[in-house]
Amino acid sequence: MNARILHIATNTFREAVRDRVLYNLIAFALLMSAAAVLVGQISIQIEKLVVINLGLTAVSLFGIVIAIFIGIGLVSKEIDKRTLYTVLSRPVRRWEFIAGKFLGLAGTLVVNTFFMAIGVFAALAYVSHHLESPDLGVLVALYFIVLQFVIITALALFFSSFSTPIFSAIFAFWLFVIGNFAQDLRNFAAMAHGTARLLAIGAAYLVPNFSALNVISQVAHGEPVPHRLILLNTAYVLVYSAAVLSGAVLIFERRNLK
Amino acid sequence: MIRSRQVTAIASTILVCSMAIAALLLRKVDQAPPAATLQQMLYISSPKLLKRLCLGYEGLLADIYWTRTVQYFGGKHRQGGGTYKLLWPLLNITTQLDPHLIPAYEFGGTFLIAKQPEGAGDPGKAIKLVQYGTQMNPNDWHLFYDLAFIYYDEKDYRHAADAFLRGSQLPNAHPFLKIMAAQMAQHGGDLKTARMMWSATYQTSHDKMIQANAAAHLMAIQVDEDVPALEELVQTYRDRTGHFPQTFSEMVSSGFMGGIPLDPLRHPYRLEAGGRVVVSDPDDLPFLDEGLPRGYVAQAVPKLSPAN
Amino acid sequence: MRAIEILGLEKIYNAGFWRKRSKRALRPLNLAVEDGEIFGFLGPNGAGKTTTLKILMGLVFPTGGSARILGMELDDPRMKAQIGFLPEQPYFYDHVTARELLRYYGQLSGVDPKQLSRKVDAALEQVKLSGSANVQLRKLSKGMLQRAGIAQAILHDPKVVFLDEPMSGLDPMGRREVRNLIEELKADGKTVFFSTHILSDAEALCDRVAIINQGELRGVGAVAELTASVHGKVEIVWHSIAIPAGIRSMGAECHSAGDTTRVILPEENQDAALEALRREHLRLISVVPVRTSLEDYFVAQLGTSAKSEAVSSRT
Repeated sequence: MNARILHIATNTFREAVRDRVLYNLIAFALLMSAAAVLVGQISIQIEKLVVINLGLTAVSLFGIVIAIFIGIGLVSKEIDKRTLYTVLSRPVRRWEFIAGKFLGLAGTLVVNTFFMAIGVFAALAYVSHHLESPDLGVLVALYFIVLQFVIITALALFFSSFSTPIFSAIFAFWLFVIGNFAQDLRNFAAMAHGTARLLAIGAAYLVPNFSALNVISQVAHGEPVPHRLILLNTAYVLVYSAAVLSGAVLIFERRNLK
Repeated sequence: MIRSRQVTAIASTILVCSMAIAALLLRKVDQAPPAATLQQMLYISSPKLLKRLCLGYEGLLADIYWTRTVQYFGGKHRQGGGTYKLLWPLLNITTQLDPHLIPAYEFGGTFLIAKQPEGAGDPGKAIKLVQYGTQMNPNDWHLFYDLAFIYYDEKDYRHAADAFLRGSQLPNAHPFLKIMAAQMAQHGGDLKTARMMWSATYQTSHDKMIQANAAAHLMAIQVDEDVPALEELVQTYRDRTGHFPQTFSEMVSSGFMGGIPLDPLRHPYRLEAGGRVVVSDPDDLPFLDEGLPRGYVAQAVPKLSPAN
Repeated sequence: MRAIEILGLEKIYNAGFWRKRSKRALRPLNLAVEDGEIFGFLGPNGAGKTTTLKILMGLVFPTGGSARILGMELDDPRMKAQIGFLPEQPYFYDHVTARELLRYYGQLSGVDPKQLSRKVDAALEQVKLSGSANVQLRKLSKGMLQRAGIAQAILHDPKVVFLDEPMSGLDPMGRREVRNLIEELKADGKTVFFSTHILSDAEALCDRVAIINQGELRGVGAVAELTASVHGKVEIVWHSIAIPAGIRSMGAECHSAGDTTRVILPEENQDAALEALRREHLRLISVVPVRTSLEDYFVAQLGTSAKSEAVSSRT
């Protein structure tokens, strides 16, 4: 059973790579190089801050775009192209297919982020001429960004299991936006009354909490991220993604593939 | 096929010409009078709204706004100064997006209090900005220094001393904070205090514009000390000879002085009628209280020359 | 044991925005396919052939009835390991080569990793794709894609092979190759179930066929049995361009060429026609029975509207 999931994941990874998704790394490398060189010239006293802010923001944005663009097609593309028929006529269970697709895309994003991390540290070393221990915080920020990718991938896959690519992209994008306002939703829920309050509470917990996963600014100032937060966020993302993927499996198991 | 060759030729020509014309037009747009460009407007002026809009990427947006602030101020300064209307909004947005962006507070502290046309001339906002900074960064002594400076500039020596004291109690505080607290309490208005303040600013700041500003102030202090001393000498000459000297050369040749006295810019001081000592080029020395020629009106933009 | 057993399989789709319109894609279908036979599933487009296949593959869920393959349920992974499926006009992953595709599918089918390379090579050899094994699939022609599709269906040595329109899009050479392949599969002891609307292929290959139209089964049996049930025809040729009144009144089309005329009539009219010729003293040249084709049976069963949908068998 596990072997099949891994094979599907590997196939998904290979398709993404050959679809030249990793070329985005070239754009990223150019961006970081330009930033590292230019930031020293405008001499605004915050070179290191800018490199970390820019680098991590770029890693996050590039990755989210990739996660959505590839994620929305993961299932629908296979159905359109009928590659799914030959897969499901084999002893592959439908949930294994979903799991494999998820791992494949998540794996692609991890690899992508790994290379980007090298770029960020290279730019950082260039600008500040040496690395100090607070810079390890950048690794934590990167880890949190990868956790963001995991949720987005799960969501994109969920929508892809029953919706067309366009709508999947819209839904996934909006959930990302609203997810950044999770804190505000909770505040609103605390202040509202009656039905609005219930709706707000529901929304606040249903929507993925991206605001907790964004520690870029913190890390840029060299402030450490508490271990507790790392553990809690990891657990939250795993559990939330499991929920979303279960939803995807539930829908997909029942779907008539016309 | 002849047809496709024609199409290629025409399309290429249009491409090249259009790009050239577009480039020319862009240059014209850039050269349009400043009021016409949109750079002067902040499309979104609410920090809260911006914070919402940036989807968690406040750090980068703060850096972008900080860069804009510096460019805005520097650009306006080069063009002749003004009211710097956008300085406070830009700094406010920057620090709301990233409260730990320390350089912004220092910059704001210096150029918000500086009087127009050199700065925004709005000490109230300066105090508001830096106080917010001390709240968000309670362990950074630099901010208390900046706060003290603002109060000092407003001649509120008591609050200045207070700020120095609070700053001195923080971990890693620079020892001079304690010294300045005492100095401020006792001799707030003295030139010696002023010199200590501006020297400290010059030495601790990494911002070139702030350093240039501090240097200019130090030179002004020098002049403000030189001029009364020189005028006293002139008075002594008058008492001795019974008339005011026309030039310093007169005093030198009569053995009263060793040489022509020079101002911090190495330009000679001049004498006006009635024993007034003035600088030769008042335009080059901003912030002077003493040594200004009779009837001199300050120019729009004081030149901040690089520190020496 | 029967290879495939279909009992009362039914599929009703609820179409429309509010899911109010119901469409019967498949009326209760009963069918059995024996081990080791080549079984043809015939019908015009939209008859329900693909729906049936998709239900058997577990891609679509029936609204009624059941089916078994090799005695096992449709969702049984053990069963799925022993069947192969070629969908209609298959398309595969863009950036994968034929060899990589087969390796992937082999892994999913649970082929022993030690045997995988050998089996992949054998399958490629069998469909004559060995030369293009390392070319990315998007660069292959339609015929080659079809062959790759067949390769993935037989790679893991399944007992039953399901093919949906295996000849579609192939040129005559390609169709001949696929036909040979299907016969090879039977020789290997496999059961082949394929759907098509090209009747000549079914006639040539199949042991038995089933004909389906508008979701309903219209006939099952060996080809010979089915064609025999259609009333035969005779071809009568005589020496003259004159057409006897008796024959003319039957409304049959006569063709004259040179000094002979020929006409094709239903068998039952044979005696009356010969009588008409004798009365006119026209000299008979030949009376020959015409073999009925599956197309005739098809048309007889389905009516002329169905004929216009079915591809002509005379290709």
